[in-house]
Amino acid sequence: MKKTVNQKAWFLVLPVLLLVGFSAVIPLMTVVNYSIQDTFGNNEFFPVGLEWFEEILHSERIHDALGRQILFTSIIMAIEIPLGIYIALQMPKGGVWASVCLVLISLPLLIPWNVVGTIWQIFARTDIGLLGHTLATLGIDYNYSQDILSAWVTIIIMDVWHWTSLVVLLCYAGLQSIPSAYYQAAKIDQASRWNVFRYIELPKMMGVLLIAALLRFMDSFMIYTEPMVLTGGGPGNATTFLSIDLVKMAIGQFDLGPAAAFSLMYFLVILLVSWVFFTVMSNIDKQEG
Amino acid sequence: MNNAPVKKGFFSSKSPAIMLLYILFLMLPIYWLMNMSLKTNEEILGTFSMFPNDITFDNYIVIFTDPDWYWGYINSMTYVVMNTVISLTVALPAAYAFSRYRFLGDKHLFFWLLTNRMAPPAVFALPFFQLYSSVGLFDTHIAVALAHTLFNVPLTVWILEGFMKGVPKEIDETAYVDGFSFFAFFTKIFTPMIASGIGVAAFFCFMFSWVELLLSRTLTAVDAKSIAATMTKTVSASGVDWGVLSAAGILTILPGAIVIYFVRHHIAKGLSLGRV
Repeated sequence: MKKTVNQKAWFLVLPVLLLVGFSAVIPLMTVVNYSIQDTFGNNEFFPVGLEWFEEILHSERIHDALGRQILFTSIIMAIEIPLGIYIALQMPKGGVWASVCLVLISLPLLIPWNVVGTIWQIFARTDIGLLGHTLATLGIDYNYSQDILSAWVTIIIMDVWHWTSLVVLLCYAGLQSIPSAYYQAAKIDQASRWNVFRYIELPKMMGVLLIAALLRFMDSFMIYTEPMVLTGGGPGNATTFLSIDLVKMAIGQFDLGPAAAFSLMYFLVILLVSWVFFTVMSNIDKQEG
Repeated sequence: MNNAPVKKGFFSSKSPAIMLLYILFLMLPIYWLMNMSLKTNEEILGTFSMFPNDITFDNYIVIFTDPDWYWGYINSMTYVVMNTVISLTVALPAAYAFSRYRFLGDKHLFFWLLTNRMAPPAVFALPFFQLYSSVGLFDTHIAVALAHTLFNVPLTVWILEGFMKGVPKEIDETAYVDGFSFFAFFTKIFTPMIASGIGVAAFFCFMFSWVELLLSRTLTAVDAKSIAATMTKTVSASGVDWGVLSAAGILTILPGAIVIYFVRHHIAKGLSLGRV
C-alpha cells in the first residue's frame, strides 16, 4: 500500500512515545547514570568514568556467564529450529485435526514461566517425577540439582519443550501461505520430496524462519525465570546465565555500578544481533515486494 | 489446499506418528503436574504411581480458601487487565499512523519500539524498582501494569499494524469524503473492521503480562503480590508443599488453555509480532 506523507501522524504516535518513554527511557537513563558513578552510601555519588565498564570487560565471572549463555543459546537454537521445521511439515493441513494440534502445540507457550520451571522441577525429580524416576529406575545416574550435566540436559529439554512450538507455529503459518499451484507444478516435474522442500517450502518459509530465529535468540539470551526456578543457577554456578548473574549482582549484592555497566553492554549485544537480523529480514521483505 | 502425494524418503509425507509423539512429549509434563495436584502430599512422597490412587481436591480447596493464594490470582488478573487496556488504548492510534502515513522518523521509531521488546527484564528490574518507589507506586497494580507496557506496547503496535495493513485505504478516504471526522471514523467504522486484530492483540498482551515473573515480583511485596511470586515462595519450614504447588500451577495454565481456542488461527501472527 502506498502511504501518504503526513507529519501530523506524529500526534497519533505521541501517547505511545510518552508511555514507552516513561517506562523505558527514564529507567535506562538511571542505568547509564549508575554505570559511570560510585557511591559511599547516603546517596552521595561521584563520577568514576568508564571504570565499571573496564571491570566488567575483564571480569572472569561475567566471561563465564557469557560463555554459558552463548553455549545455551546455540544448543537450543540448533535443536529447536530444525525440529520445529520438521514438526511443521508433519502438521495436518486443515480440518479438525489441524485445530486440535494447533491448540495442543500452543499450550506450553501460554504457561507462566515460573510454572514451566515448577513443572520440570517436579517432572525431573528422582523421587516424585516421572522423568527422573524412570531414569533412576533404568540405572542412569541423574540428579539435576547435584550433577552439572544433568542440570544442563534438563534445562535444554525444558527449553525445547517450552519453545519449539513457537518455531512450529511460525513455520506452519509460512507453509500455509504457499499456493497449491506450486505443489502441482512440482508434481508435474516429478520433483522429489527433498527438492520440494529445498526449492519451494524452504525459500517460502525463510521470512518466518528468520523471525523465529530472531525471537528465539532474543528470548533465550534473556532467559531468567525457568532456570532460576529449576536450578537456581546451580549446581555451583553451572547454570548461571547472564540475566541470573545480573539480578544477583544488582538486587542480591546491590553492586549498582558494575551491574549497570553490565546491563548496558548486555542490552547492546542483544540490540546489535537483533539489528542484523532485522536488516536481513527487511531486505527479504523488499525482495518479495 | 490439496496435498500432492509425494515419494517416500527422509522427508517423507506426513506421518501422524511423529505428530503424536511430539504432542505426547508436550503433554506428559503437564499431565504429571495434574496428577500431582490430585494427590495428597503423603501419596506424592510415599508411592510412585501414574494415576492418583484416590483423587483428592484438597489442594485446590486450599487455594480457594487461603487468601494468600487466591489474592495472588486476583492481583495478577488486575494488573494484567490494566496492562491490556492501557496497551490497546495507546497502541491503536499509533498503529494506525504507522499503517497509513509516512512521517519523519517513522522507520526509526518503529524499530526503536521493537528494541524495547528485546530489552532483558533483568536490566530493568532495579531501575523500575527505584522509579516506582520514588513516585510512591511500589506494590501497586498500576506499577506492574505500567512496567509490562515496556514489552506489550511495542508488541501491540506491531500486531495491530499487521492487521490494519490488510484494510484497504479506500475505506478511509470514502469515509472522509462522506463527512466523517477522524475520531468518528476511527471509532465507528475502522475499529469494528479490525475487531479480530484487537482481540488477538489483547490476547497477547494478556498472555505476556500473565507469564512474566521477574518484574511483577520485583515491583510488588504484599498488597499487589502476583500469583507467580506467591508460587516461588511456597517453601516453608516443612519443605515444599508439592500438592498445592501443582494445583496452583494447573490453575495458572487454565486461562490460557481456554482462550487459545479462539485465537488458534492467529497465534502465529501474534507470536511473530504481526510479521506473518
